[in-house]
Amino acid sequence: MNREVAVLGVGMHPWGKWGRNFVEYGVHAARAALKDAGVAWGDVQFVSGAATMRCGYPGYVAGATFAQALGWQGAQVNTSYAACASGSQALAAARAQILAGGCDVALVVGADTTPKGFLAPMAGHRPEDPDWVRFYLGITNPTYFALYARRRMDLHGATVEDFTSVKVKNAAHGATNPNARYRKRFTREEVLASAMVADPLRLLHVCATSDGGAAVVLSSLEYARRRGLKTPRIAAISTVTPRFASNEVEMPDIATDSAAAAARHSFRASIAARAYEEAGIGPRELSLAEVYDLAASLELDWYEHLGLCEAGAAEALLRSGATRVGGRIPVNASGGLACFGEAVPAQALAQVCELVWQLRGQAGERQVAGARVGITANQGLFGHGSSVIVKV
Amino acid sequence: MSTAARVAALEGWYTLDDPPHLLGSRCRTCGTYFFPRLATFCRNPGCEGTTFEEVKLSRTGRIWSYTNACYQPPPPYVASEPFVPFAIAAVELEAERMIVLGQVASGVDVTQLKVGMAVELVLEPLHADGGTERLIWKWKPEGASR
Repeated sequence: MNREVAVLGVGMHPWGKWGRNFVEYGVHAARAALKDAGVAWGDVQFVSGAATMRCGYPGYVAGATFAQALGWQGAQVNTSYAACASGSQALAAARAQILAGGCDVALVVGADTTPKGFLAPMAGHRPEDPDWVRFYLGITNPTYFALYARRRMDLHGATVEDFTSVKVKNAAHGATNPNARYRKRFTREEVLASAMVADPLRLLHVCATSDGGAAVVLSSLEYARRRGLKTPRIAAISTVTPRFASNEVEMPDIATDSAAAAARHSFRASIAARAYEEAGIGPRELSLAEVYDLAASLELDWYEHLGLCEAGAAEALLRSGATRVGGRIPVNASGGLACFGEAVPAQALAQVCELVWQLRGQAGERQVAGARVGITANQGLFGHGSSVIVKV
Repeated sequence: MSTAARVAALEGWYTLDDPPHLLGSRCRTCGTYFFPRLATFCRNPGCEGTTFEEVKLSRTGRIWSYTNACYQPPPPYVASEPFVPFAIAAVELEAERMIVLGQVASGVDVTQLKVGMAVELVLEPLHADGGTERLIWKWKPEGASR
């Protein structure tokens, strides 16, 4: 059975710190995606929203919020929340509806308006919530990024210079991306001159939080065929949870699983493994990857978790230039989070938008020549894997 | 000698004894440890255990990795004025085969830490609240003066 769906169109609202209502970004992105798809809003039968937790009740029911803002037209609705993986889950819900025969055309939207500074937990005294506890102890998101960065330095000989190389590479990629928030070609000196946030990571090694919106229009292959369209297809969506005992020191937990009575499993490696299995392809067939560089150092971890190289070989892969546009396997051709900053519910969809533009050959100066297969990877707080494979 | 009352910043997460211990749970069926404590259903997918014993976790371990907080974290963190950066360690406990995060004892800088270094659990104020000191667990390199 063919489980693929067609991507008819994609669209974004540029990332930034615009300070406006998230609904505006979502509708802007949705209209752009519908126009790109050549689909009228009235023909959309299923709306799938990625939720935001920072914009009040309309954010919790994002699917309906976007449907109302686009104009109620009776479509069925879904809203998904999975932290940074929300976009993939909303995409998975739309794909499931299409493959189950519940609709031909679905619109997936994610958008966010973020506060300045660190992402912070919900208010109140809530010691039963691990997210509250870790902030009470002063453990912010960059803490977790830095623990992995330091570990890489100790185990695999990574250097601050390597993390800086990732940032400089991604900044160069994103410099011509019209949807990126930061389009400056940062130099090594500028990165190393930025303030230390969480040793060894400096401000310019860590991604910002941004406003932004992204949307994707999906359809059944049959619908695309009837309209004579040859479009990129979604070949896999992985939304796996960890396996006990997970070896990940994962946000927002204060302790890992105990492996006293069960084997340890790598969660991050399992995310892409599921996507590869579903698509029936392997890392050697990839043309490019969009990964979650919450910090520059985490991009190196993803090289290994995606199987782009062996464990411990990410630094060598980076230094070889293979992950630059023009290299063997470009990573974060969009500029990644380094250039976008994180707009949580939109980010996983933004990764898919980039793959689609790349596979259509519409990525301008950051185009990966001859791109045919791309993968995304990210991970949402509280155990949400996210990986999407798009191919032509 | 301080006369401030000393209470746990997080009730039931650790003992206030000298030396202190983190309080965890151990599944009576499969032996898996949990921190913080768990009293309902074992999370090992191969175990249907529902009874747990409260256990004191190992109070020594080895640094799995470490970092620091150079910027003042947002609430509910209660910062001193002025904010003083602090180190943070993820510490692997051998018997429990788990990693527990925590601040590093005050006065210990990241430059003094190394992956694999032996550390022990101590209690220090997380913040003061009127005349009450709210104590939290911290990791301290073994052999460092107390």
